Amino acid sequence: MIPVQMSVDPNLYAGLSAIVFFIGALGVVLRRNPLIMLMSIELMWNAANLTFMAYARAWLNNAGHIFTFLVITVAAAEAAIGLAIVVILFRPRPVANVDDVALLKG
Amino acid sequence: MLIFVILAVALVVSAILVVTAKNPVHSVVALLANFAILAVFYLTLSAEFLAAIQIIVYSGAILILFVFVIALLGAGTTVYDVGPNRLGNISTPAVIVGVIALIMLGYSLFHAQNPSGGAMLGAATVLPGAAQIPAITVTPGAPGAFGSVDDFGRALFTRYLLPFELTAFVLLIAVVGVVVLAGATTAQRRKAETRERISKPERRIEVTR
Repeated sequence: MIPVQMSVDPNLYAGLSAIVFFIGALGVVLRRNPLIMLMSIELMWNAANLTFMAYARAWLNNAGHIFTFLVITVAAAEAAIGLAIVVILFRPRPVANVDDVALLKG
Repeated sequence: MLIFVILAVALVVSAILVVTAKNPVHSVVALLANFAILAVFYLTLSAEFLAAIQIIVYSGAILILFVFVIALLGAGTTVYDVGPNRLGNISTPAVIVGVIALIMLGYSLFHAQNPSGGAMLGAATVLPGAAQIPAITVTPGAPGAFGSVDDFGRALFTRYLLPFELTAFVLLIAVVGVVVLAGATTAQRRKAETRERISKPERRIEVTR
């Protein structure tokens, strides 16, 4: 039997994940490359996951693990559809810039 | 604690590299590092199964998808300059959203119960250090500890069975969506090709006239 202690306060994990989430949000807002925007969204999913995992460990409750699993699944589905849309939109264009796609503006 | 600081710095640095990289391929590599570090974080939180899932699904599936799309779009040719400064356009909504988020975060931190029973930040005297959180006893080779496959699987297939089934539905929707998107374009391309083939002879006649 080996005791495994949680060596760091869970609130520090929450702060770290807030920082990573903020970096991801900045990436979505400031970058115009669709691929890097999607990657920033992945960063944000993962930041949320880190908080779930830290508090799951703090409470010794594996509901956080289940929720992280669901988030990973949804992130995979989102990446598949998002990348399909990116390919369809930007395959015929010379430059992949999100601002070029303004069909709904008329 | 030392491990946490090193990993945290690496996590933040790799996240910044993902956002700032000019070339999408560099971005993917930084994202791979980010996911790997996150998997190590999961290991330190005694969640072995999810660390493995993180590596397999994120690094193995999603990142490969990104690499394929970069290859399809042509990574070298699609480098472009940063556009006009858009911070002015979003400053007002950003401030509003930020204030709302801060209020929600502060409220939740002051009202959340911590594992040993006090408010998270409101009462500093009962703020739990990590020392108050119970340790997990692990017997190497034996199943059933917190975060193991045994523990996770039992929870997933009994108590959380309905969310698990709904996950299958979400994946089905994703598959149908991708098929619809890809199928529509191939049908359009085929139609355009036939139209071109039909209209070509007429054009030749026009030229000879």
